[in-house]
Amino acid sequence: MALNRKIAYIDLSTDTIETKPIPIEIRKKFLGGRGLDAYLLYNHTKKGCDPLGPGNTLMISGGILTATCASATARTHVMAKSPLTGLIGSANMGGFFAPELAWAGFHHLVVKGKAEKPVYLWIHDGEIEIRDASALWGKTVTETQWAIREELNDEEIKSLVIGPAGENLVRFANVMTGIKNSGGRSGMGAVMGSKNLKAVAVRGTMDVKIAHSTEALDYNKRFIDQIVSSKVNRTQGILGTPFIWGATNSWGGIRTRNFQYNQCEYADDIEPERLDEIAEETMGPYHMVSCFGCQVHCRAQYKIPSGPYAGKYDEGPEYTSQGAFGGEPDCTNAVTVLTGNHLVDQYGMDNLETGSLISWAMELYELGIITKKETDGLDLRFGSDDALLEMIHRICFRKGWLGDTLADGGIQASEKIGKNSFDYLIQVKGMSNLHSDERGTPALALNIATASRGSDHLRSRPAIDLYHLPEEVLRKIYGSPVPYDGPLSSEHTSYVGKAWMVFWQENCYMGVDCLGICKYHTVFLGATHPNFEDWPKVIYYNTGLEMTPKEIWEIAERCNNIEKLFNLREGFQRDDPKKGDVLNHRYFDEPCTRGAPDVIGSKIDREKFKKMIDEYYEHHGWDENGVPTPGTLKRLGLDKEPSHLL
Amino acid sequence: MAKVLTINYEKCTGCRLCELVCSVQHTGASNPTRANIHIVKWEAEGFYLPIFCQHCIDAPCMSVCPQKAISRDKEMNRVKIDYEKCIGCRACVAACPFGAAGFDHVEKKVIKCDMCDGDPLCVEFCEVKAVDYVEESTLNLKKMREAAGNFAHLVQKAHGR
Repeated sequence: MALNRKIAYIDLSTDTIETKPIPIEIRKKFLGGRGLDAYLLYNHTKKGCDPLGPGNTLMISGGILTATCASATARTHVMAKSPLTGLIGSANMGGFFAPELAWAGFHHLVVKGKAEKPVYLWIHDGEIEIRDASALWGKTVTETQWAIREELNDEEIKSLVIGPAGENLVRFANVMTGIKNSGGRSGMGAVMGSKNLKAVAVRGTMDVKIAHSTEALDYNKRFIDQIVSSKVNRTQGILGTPFIWGATNSWGGIRTRNFQYNQCEYADDIEPERLDEIAEETMGPYHMVSCFGCQVHCRAQYKIPSGPYAGKYDEGPEYTSQGAFGGEPDCTNAVTVLTGNHLVDQYGMDNLETGSLISWAMELYELGIITKKETDGLDLRFGSDDALLEMIHRICFRKGWLGDTLADGGIQASEKIGKNSFDYLIQVKGMSNLHSDERGTPALALNIATASRGSDHLRSRPAIDLYHLPEEVLRKIYGSPVPYDGPLSSEHTSYVGKAWMVFWQENCYMGVDCLGICKYHTVFLGATHPNFEDWPKVIYYNTGLEMTPKEIWEIAERCNNIEKLFNLREGFQRDDPKKGDVLNHRYFDEPCTRGAPDVIGSKIDREKFKKMIDEYYEHHGWDENGVPTPGTLKRLGLDKEPSHLL
Repeated sequence: MAKVLTINYEKCTGCRLCELVCSVQHTGASNPTRANIHIVKWEAEGFYLPIFCQHCIDAPCMSVCPQKAISRDKEMNRVKIDYEKCIGCRACVAACPFGAAGFDHVEKKVIKCDMCDGDPLCVEFCEVKAVDYVEESTLNLKKMREAAGNFAHLVQKAHGR
């Protein structure tokens, strides 16, 4: 049964391991995955703990549906206090790790303390061992995984690992699995590195019994048919996420040269069709691959066609690498994007943060805020492919003044660089923005401004806002499982009703992250995809747990609120430009200059945006400072946190 | 007319949904170690290969079975285990040149693909049809057309068309 998967507490300081069942009452409050991780984080860390000290606690989990017969239950979630933002740290990745963890008997791992020397965890069929990782330290992401398989003599082992970036405590280091599945954003790899934890290796042969297997199989088939028949997922299955970058760039929603432009010109070589050509030339016509149990197959395989890394095999690039190593630094060469992607995959470093910070530094360099003195002689101009790739190495190994400075993240770097460097840093809560430019889309701007883990499109983005769906369709989606009869607008430039859409998506994505499924299998890019109304059946058929759509909605609200409580405890303030729900001033002051007619000239209206945030807080049951009211906490059963139930 | 399971390995995306649904169908549990199909991966090179019982015409498992528990089921065009006769000696596991006969470590019995009695679930769920269930008489036709297409292209080019 999925419900009998256990939680394990591993203290690396004392070498102690304890395993416990997860009580059904806890499942009914937090389901699993990210939601339960948030509860555990709030309960197992002390206020103000050093994110890179032994007092930080690292959660690794699958969702309640992981490894069951639901579609795409591949996602692994990792959570801790973030060394990048000082607020909630959270990373979510596909691949094959979480299902293997479930077959090994576990859904949740809670890792505390710090090992004296490098170690890794070996988890197999209910057993957990702490093993010496001295021989693994210094190895890249894939080298580490293959070495563990060799050491334990089992090719089927799946591992979560850190690369050199995590070892070097780069504050945006990733946790990685497979070739490129990345637990990115917010520096969870640095937390692992700070604990001397190089990897978690798992192998399981235990049954995850399906409560109603015939129905679960039937329903899974229905889901798959619904998902793969949608145009958006079909396109994704051919071009991967780069298709989104391509479409957005032609419209004028891609930030370029840090934030100077909203469209990357002369980008033919990094358009999705060109990247697809390279994938086909190097890997053949069938080069799209999948995560566990998913039929979308949105991940390309490729080999770097030329340059110093020619012939190296990797997967992707996702649109984040296209943006971070393409548009933002204005390096419009496919080989550069593919090489940058390969370097961060092997180093275990967040592509988005890396590229954004380098692009920021490029703007500072061109403005004279930093000079060759800070760059150790590097001519760090926009469009300089060599400088971009050199900076990726320098950040990972903290080489040179600027490499070491950027490795600590944007906020700390801006404090060290001084002058007005912070004004050019495109971030929210200390985390760099995605490559998308939200000046023409208020709903998307609200999403990144309020996301709990810092600027982030995967927390609450109503991506379908761009489809201009008729109002009655929007009402059908956004009017359940709780009724909404306020205003809604089909117009993406409008501020009307967008706060509700962001609020709804925030609960939807939390639901997805608690279930352990992929966001491409819900209302994210596909408007007709399964959501709250469909989930009770999937949960029931697979686990036997009975729930209503409204109950799942309430769980999502509860989990979002506990993330909020954590952020408040660690210093969130609404108007704090470094820890609050605040966008860079350029969103309000500098209008878009490129792209489609409806984009040119657009910028965010300060007053309307403030009102939209107020409205968003109101939907949440938060006061004007973004603090949950006592009534909200009581309604969600969070008035006695930390409650230490698990 | 008889159907056979076929592998189009180059199309496999490595998702392992076939392993999942096979184990759920046959055991009621998600557990790839009990499935009758496996995606063998060379991850460092990005190469995946579905492996399952090929229902061989001259099946080594059938030859080595001391109980004659394995036989050819002509109606279904498959090699079938008779569990009434099977003593669980695992000789078939040792003999299979594909490693496609396995041992269910929970129910303690040898296992291999049974073609889901003519409606293979792996095929139903594999959207890219890396595993497929086709008439044996047409097994090579698609490949032949592809190969012929390449040749035809050259011939047409030579004739200036």
